[in-house]
Amino acid sequence: MRKMTIILLLALPLGVTIWAARFETRGLSVGSKKFTESVILSELLAQLVQNTGQPCTHRAELGGTQILWRALRLGEIDIYPEYTGTLREEVLRESDVESIDDIRAKLSEFGLRMSEPLGFENNYAFGMNKKRAAELGIRKISDLRRYPELIFRFNNEFMERGDGWPAVRKHYQLPQRNVRGIDHDVAYRLLAAGEIDLMELYTTDAEIAYYDLAVLEDDLGHFPRYAAAILYRAALERTHPGVVRAIRQLERRIDATSMIALNGRAKLERVPEPQVAADYLSENFDIHVTIDIETKTEKLVRFTREHLRLVVKSLIAAVLVAVPLGVLAAKTRTLGQTILSAVGIVQTIPSLALLVLLVQPLSWSAEQFSALRAIGVSGLGEWPAMIALFLYSLLPIVRNTASGLQNIPPQLRESARALGLPRFARWRLIELPLASPTILAGIKTATVINIGFATLGALIGAGGYGEPILTGIRLDDYGLILLGAIPAAALALIAQVYFEIAERVVVPRGLCIRS
Amino acid sequence: MFRLHDVSKFYDGKVALRPTSLDIAAAQTTVLIGPSGCGKSTLLRLMVGLLTPSGGEIVFEGQQLNATNILQLRHRMGYVIQDGGLFPHLTARANATLMARHLRWPKKKIGDRLAELTNLTHFPADGLDRYPGQLSGGQRQRVSLMRALFLDPDVLLLDEPLGALDPLIRAELQTELREIFRNVQKTVVMVTHDLAEAVYFADTIVLLRDGVIVQVGTFRELAESPADPFVTQFIQAQRGPQQNAMGPT
Repeated sequence: MRKMTIILLLALPLGVTIWAARFETRGLSVGSKKFTESVILSELLAQLVQNTGQPCTHRAELGGTQILWRALRLGEIDIYPEYTGTLREEVLRESDVESIDDIRAKLSEFGLRMSEPLGFENNYAFGMNKKRAAELGIRKISDLRRYPELIFRFNNEFMERGDGWPAVRKHYQLPQRNVRGIDHDVAYRLLAAGEIDLMELYTTDAEIAYYDLAVLEDDLGHFPRYAAAILYRAALERTHPGVVRAIRQLERRIDATSMIALNGRAKLERVPEPQVAADYLSENFDIHVTIDIETKTEKLVRFTREHLRLVVKSLIAAVLVAVPLGVLAAKTRTLGQTILSAVGIVQTIPSLALLVLLVQPLSWSAEQFSALRAIGVSGLGEWPAMIALFLYSLLPIVRNTASGLQNIPPQLRESARALGLPRFARWRLIELPLASPTILAGIKTATVINIGFATLGALIGAGGYGEPILTGIRLDDYGLILLGAIPAAALALIAQVYFEIAERVVVPRGLCIRS
Repeated sequence: MFRLHDVSKFYDGKVALRPTSLDIAAAQTTVLIGPSGCGKSTLLRLMVGLLTPSGGEIVFEGQQLNATNILQLRHRMGYVIQDGGLFPHLTARANATLMARHLRWPKKKIGDRLAELTNLTHFPADGLDRYPGQLSGGQRQRVSLMRALFLDPDVLLLDEPLGALDPLIRAELQTELREIFRNVQKTVVMVTHDLAEAVYFADTIVLLRDGVIVQVGTFRELAESPADPFVTQFIQAQRGPQQNAMGPT
């Protein structure tokens, strides 16, 4: 009976791993940034590629410019939509490129190509509530100098970018102090509610019309032009010439009005981006693709699989590493303190920072060592998330293993020695069973933390329950947020129950008796 | 049985036992006694190899104790501590048979030995499947004794075996324990701080103070020809109110 239960308990994580494992045929992949326009454009590109018969996945919402740029250079994605202004001011800032020809020359050094412009510009602008702007008499950006108390909120990328807030402030000599980073979509809601005074806009945002915002005139001509274009790997021209022809059909075919309308359909009418893209292709290019819009259930299954994959893999690895580390840490004082502070330091790194910090070294390692690439290591998505989860899971398990072993009463250790049991037998028959409740509690803590923390993986494109939460925030869709939040909480509860059953089976019965 | 030659033990520069020589006679009960901190437990723990001497040598049945032979030699020593030192995650049966199972004794042999020992120690058969947490203090000591005797060792080393028991059970177990020692005909070395208990069990009493053996002998020898005023003092201090409990001397 007990043996059966142990087998079942072990079979569960194994079964979950197999169920959640990804069997994917690797075709081309199109990446998109974490905002609606980028998702729609990439969906258009992906559908055009699929229409040539070439398998292609759209890796949606991978992150910000730096992540996409690096992924393209390393070949983790093959195509993504970018803006000339971003290339000039941000990506290639250090190489001082001016004209489009400069940009192309620089890109080809990286083995990349840029298409002709798609036909619309998506420029930065400053936006305010029309009424508030009229009250204060603000029409252009230089008018802002008179109101140092205004509250500004910008998206985090804009706060840092070479052409973002620091440059605008310098250019216009703006005095405002209450300036902080915030999610772009949340900023719209705060602006509409009058909580903030000003945010940065993208001129193709459908919300400008929807919230009836005033766009301030860039009277000192600071903001560069951001013409949309397609970036792709130069190698595609050789390996997939048909694909290159297909995606370049979009050149000069999308004007600003169309783009605003596309954004509006996705964001305001909540039509799924693949549907928006497919409708556009069928109306304007007479290309009819059948798209699979995921049902809610299909989505839930996918998120669950992705989430479980992150959690189970990172946790199994953490247990395999942390338990031996804990045993070592319990052995000697100095070694123990070293190990505990090492795994403790990892906990002090803010989770978001750790995720982003892992992207670069992983990309680099994958680039340098083909063996790592072969097992699927990449700086995108799953790997950085899994490694971060692994690192975070170490401390509770190491600490509990060590303290579980250290807290064994000395007279019990001595009794085992005095019996003449050899070292390994003492460890296996006495010390490990005595420490097992504490070790198990550590693994349980790690699991529950891990399940919650894995939602952050979506920030770097790892998927899981975090993805609907992020998309829900982007689209202001509470249903979608709950689609991630509720199962994540449920999963944590299931894990709790699992460990409670495991405790009953694994922890020796005699330890549950208090005399 | 045991021969200690100039054995000493220091902890962090503090003396627990000064260079000490002592012979433990076979098939006799030797009791180590003295005030707390006198080194009596240290001496016992040195014999079972839980401590390594800072100097000198310990010879057990002609073999000098060292790191390589200690595991083997311990199979020939039974060791019992205060409150038993039973493993809480194992039943009474599993505690008692642990070492025999580890040495892969045949099932039958283990069963027979266990039956023999439950008889000897008067341990109730239905208690065998209980965990230490479910047993009384006296029963726990019986299990501990069974565990110590299981491999039929040459010597039994006991460190305050009755120290944690309440007086009634203690008196009962004292009687039984002496019975058991007589039956098994083993060399017994026992540590206690209680003179009455020492007198009750001992063929030879070893009185220690501050890490030094003050006198070795029978109780009569200690009482009648003390080697040091401390011996008389120690006997006097313990006598008074407990005189009646001292039993036959």
